[in-house]
Amino acid sequence: MWQFIGIRVLQGIFTLLVISLLVFLATRLTGDPALVLLPPEASSKADYERVRKQLGLDKSLPEQYIIFLRGAVKGDFGLSIRDRRPTRDLLLERLPATLQLALAGMALAVVIGVPLGILSAVKRDSIFDKGGKLFAVLGMAAPQFWVAIMLILLFGAILKLLPTYGREGPENFILPSFVLAWSIMAGIMRLGRSSMLEVLDSDYVRFARIKGLKDGMVVWKHALRNALIPILTFSGISLAGLLNGAIVVEQVFAWPGLGRLMLDGVLQRNFPVVQAAVMASAFFYILTALIVDILYVYADPRIRH
Amino acid sequence: MATSDLVLENAQPQLSWRGRLAEKRLPWIPIAVLLVLLACAAFAHWLAPHDPTSLNVINSKLAPFESREHLLGTDVLGRDMLSRLIYGARTTVQISVTALALGAVIGTVIGLVSGYWGSWADAVLMRITDAALGFPTILLALVVVVIMNPGPPAIILAVLLTVWARFARMIRGDVLTVKGYDFVTLARITGVKAPIILWRHIFPNVANTLMVITSLMVGQIILLEAALSFLGLGLSPGAPAWGIMVAEGQEVILDVWWLSLFPGVAITVVVLAFNFFGDWLRDYLDPKLRRAR
Repeated sequence: MWQFIGIRVLQGIFTLLVISLLVFLATRLTGDPALVLLPPEASSKADYERVRKQLGLDKSLPEQYIIFLRGAVKGDFGLSIRDRRPTRDLLLERLPATLQLALAGMALAVVIGVPLGILSAVKRDSIFDKGGKLFAVLGMAAPQFWVAIMLILLFGAILKLLPTYGREGPENFILPSFVLAWSIMAGIMRLGRSSMLEVLDSDYVRFARIKGLKDGMVVWKHALRNALIPILTFSGISLAGLLNGAIVVEQVFAWPGLGRLMLDGVLQRNFPVVQAAVMASAFFYILTALIVDILYVYADPRIRH
Repeated sequence: MATSDLVLENAQPQLSWRGRLAEKRLPWIPIAVLLVLLACAAFAHWLAPHDPTSLNVINSKLAPFESREHLLGTDVLGRDMLSRLIYGARTTVQISVTALALGAVIGTVIGLVSGYWGSWADAVLMRITDAALGFPTILLALVVVVIMNPGPPAIILAVLLTVWARFARMIRGDVLTVKGYDFVTLARITGVKAPIILWRHIFPNVANTLMVITSLMVGQIILLEAALSFLGLGLSPGAPAWGIMVAEGQEVILDVWWLSLFPGVAITVVVLAFNFFGDWLRDYLDPKLRRAR
């Protein structure tokens, strides 16, 4: 068990190092960062040398990488090119918004997806099953950015029920977290349905029924627990999808999170900000994947060996 | 029960071609959608009633069916929506097919090599595959765009970077099974060289898997391409791409709602069609899965 966790942690650190190298090289490959910082007009050779020195570009590449790593551990990637603020502050400012949104999306997906999946399995081939399938299939095919815009049009502009941008109150969370949840929900429902069907067909569930237990009791106390294991794994895998979605959803709903920070950074070629945001999301992604892996081992003793 | 199944399967009645087609339960609606998509992509210059980029400010913001000239209306700059949608199909097909083909080739080669040689090559390649599979696609795309500047090559590379790993992973799994069959061992004993074994003996046996993954991946690739275009990381603004059209419509959504609606519907319908077709192909080509369902 501890050995398993140790290996996973090492793998996570290795992946982070690879990503950091990629991110580090990315900014060096796109040309001279000193030239990006300096105004193109009216910059003398002396200015150029001064900026190079200030950024540490006069050192060798491996040395620069070590310095980059040392800063990365503290979340320090230098100053944002646009407003000269430390990237660390920007990260701390934006991170909570994205984490809240991701958690809300995941929670919504599980809260709606799991019961719908179980209902589809228990009432197989009923109207619930068919409706649920349609809902799931659409969630996987409709592009998130478009769903978001259509919901804004419907609930924001036509019905005037929900706010469509910003994050002042809890009602601001409804539309963005639903958009984020829908595509994952499809997977959770499908998985919940198929694993529930499998478990319902197993000997111990049949025995529970023969014993005379009520249907509800069998489903909720005996079957559900085992049916949840694949869902747990899937939730872990869909974290990547959640982060993907967060970038798009934050853009459409003007959500002041990490995803928008990253996208704005790319479009404005603001390299320190891009580095900081990419490394931060990579770190959180790998951390949560690790936690899910460990939970998974707890939930299913068979994989401990 | 197993015996009766066997008997039923072996005693196939002679069917007319109509009967045989019905037997396959071909998904007609998805196939029709895909044919329309391909036709639009191939013959966009004949099918489109107007030039998708020509401006016409006098006729801007026409509603759908308001004018016979512009069946689906026009956008803010007076460009014909129907023509832009048709040319958008071409953009979608071009980018997805390129990324998919490259990803399939690279992924298959890596999967074959990794599965056949095993040992350290397999270990290294599969760790890299894991990393690529787990990493959020758009994040990866952002890094690519930072390096390469926005444009079709950047989108294709970004999609490619995530797609190859799916192929490598699945193909490797199949190779591990096929590798153990007698005809492969016999070929090796008689001194057939490894590349020839891979190509002549192993590849034909993983071709079915390859087709199934390909068809199941298309939908995801189209969605990814659309999202990247929407975020402004892909083609230049104004280009006829469905993702860009949705983004352009977003700015004036309260005024002219159809600008965002139609391209989004197009994406959804095409992705649905590919997903259904891929599901059907998987069930059709893989009897094991068919029974499990």
